[in-house]
Amino acid sequence: MTTNPTLTVQDLSVVFPDSNGGLNALENISFDVSPREFICFLGPSGSGKTTLLRVLANLLQPTAGQVHFIRHEQPKIGMVFQQPSLMPWRSVLENIKLPLELEGVDESTARKKAQEMIELMGLRGFEDSWPRDLSGGMAQRVGIARALIHDPDLLLLDEPFASLDALTRERMWMELSRIWQAKQKTVIMVTHSINESLFLADRVLVLTQRPGKIKLDVEVDLPRPRKDDIRYTPHFGKLARKLREAIE
Amino acid sequence: MFKPFQNIFPAILSIVFAVLAWQFTVQVTQLPRFILPAPVDVWSRFLKALSDGSLIYHTGITLAEIVLGLLAGITFATVTGYALAKSRALEKVLSPYLVASQAIPVVAIAPLLVIWLGDGILSKVVICALIVYFPVLVNTVVGVRAVPTALYDLMHSIRATRGQILLKLELPASLPILLGGLRIGATLSVIGAIVGELVDAEQGLGFLLQLGDFQYDTSMVFVAVFMLIALALSMYGVVTLLERKFLKWQNPSR
Ligand SMILES: Nc1ncnc2c1ncn2[C@@H]1O[C@H](COP(=O)(O)OP(=O)(O)OP(=O)(O)O)[C@@H](O)[C@H]1O
Ligand SMILES: [Mg+2]
Repeated sequence: MTTNPTLTVQDLSVVFPDSNGGLNALENISFDVSPREFICFLGPSGSGKTTLLRVLANLLQPTAGQVHFIRHEQPKIGMVFQQPSLMPWRSVLENIKLPLELEGVDESTARKKAQEMIELMGLRGFEDSWPRDLSGGMAQRVGIARALIHDPDLLLLDEPFASLDALTRERMWMELSRIWQAKQKTVIMVTHSINESLFLADRVLVLTQRPGKIKLDVEVDLPRPRKDDIRYTPHFGKLARKLREAIE
Repeated sequence: MFKPFQNIFPAILSIVFAVLAWQFTVQVTQLPRFILPAPVDVWSRFLKALSDGSLIYHTGITLAEIVLGLLAGITFATVTGYALAKSRALEKVLSPYLVASQAIPVVAIAPLLVIWLGDGILSKVVICALIVYFPVLVNTVVGVRAVPTALYDLMHSIRATRGQILLKLELPASLPILLGGLRIGATLSVIGAIVGELVDAEQGLGFLLQLGDFQYDTSMVFVAVFMLIALALSMYGVVTLLERKFLKWQNPSR
């Protein structure tokens, strides 16, 4: 395994050109990410969360400011998009193994790893299904499997659990925590759920309404591993209230 | 098991019916054979041309022209189509020429091409390629432009190379529209080959057609026409097979 990236974001601004002088999506965003830290971004719709992830994944050039990775190289990224973004001409298994294919991993190893991911995501029996035959939640799990399969150093997750039912979602929280702890990954995740962020993250950053600025940066000092009943503790309640106030 | 039979059965029935109606017309009208030969005449002419080898030879020539013309046309059309789809600037520079070239009917320049390239197979291949070029080009541009940007983001996020994006994203994503262009091109290419052969040729089904015409061998003309129909249908069939094989994911059920 390669060393983890430490990530520094400096005075980042993104302006999308439009007819009346440009749309400020992000304004003066600065933050640091320590190795193997789990960070959640919360913020109202349109606050630029997806835009921020796209800049971090090098899919979008910022208008101003910089993103520095340690050793100045782009880390290996696994990204879960807000829309599942599956290839309709590939079966579930073929979609999941795409990153390994691009890395030139041999076919049988790739299939075996994809099969493991399918088990992990509770997708057994759907290996050969076409994406259009999947429910929204299943498609999203395929997207998660694809983001994890090539063992990336940095995970960028854009509301990955939004279309899952409550039970599956909590199972996915457990899986993600487990993978994150076992595999030493850095995770940056966007979510709308305060519970989700407190359950998973080391740190939660709240963005303001457009243009997105960092409004709050809180350490989540809840003990790990976090179990379901942690949400009834007073400290959880206090953090949740703080975040809710920051969001609105 | 029964499905193909069920699909084919009505077609066979209608063909049998058409042949009977044809035979009936010949018998009632008593038209001379050189105007409207009976199905039996055409059939015996077919067997004769088959046994002396001429039919196979000339069909083979025409088929070769079609296949080579199609391949050349598709190759140039997809390469330029891809470049046009990728570069708005190139599109602006080239599209007036492309549209203008479409205003010239290929039939009109076919004699020129035969003069320049000779009456052999080459001129026909070029005519075929020209006629196939435009529909495939247009569909390539439309197909490549229709690739979802979200999938480009996906490929870039896992650091795909240009070649990988071409092979694993752009090609499969635009294949449905591309094959649609090929379907049009395949039928047009048959027309292209015949147009070329009718201008001037020493071989091919078009030559056979003209020979039958000159010699009042109308049965031969019919045989040549039916061979052309068979060629066009098989080209169409090949494209359909390709679609079945590569577009499985689009079929309503598996
Ligand atoms: N490619 C683009 N071109 C123009 N404007 C854009 C583009 N992408 C995003 N925007 C605008 O930037 C702002 C932030 O968008 P973004 O998608 O980052 O929000 P978000 O926080 O992810 O919202 P949500 O929670 O609804 O997903 C929005 O106003 C959006 O309209
Ligand atoms: Mg978003």
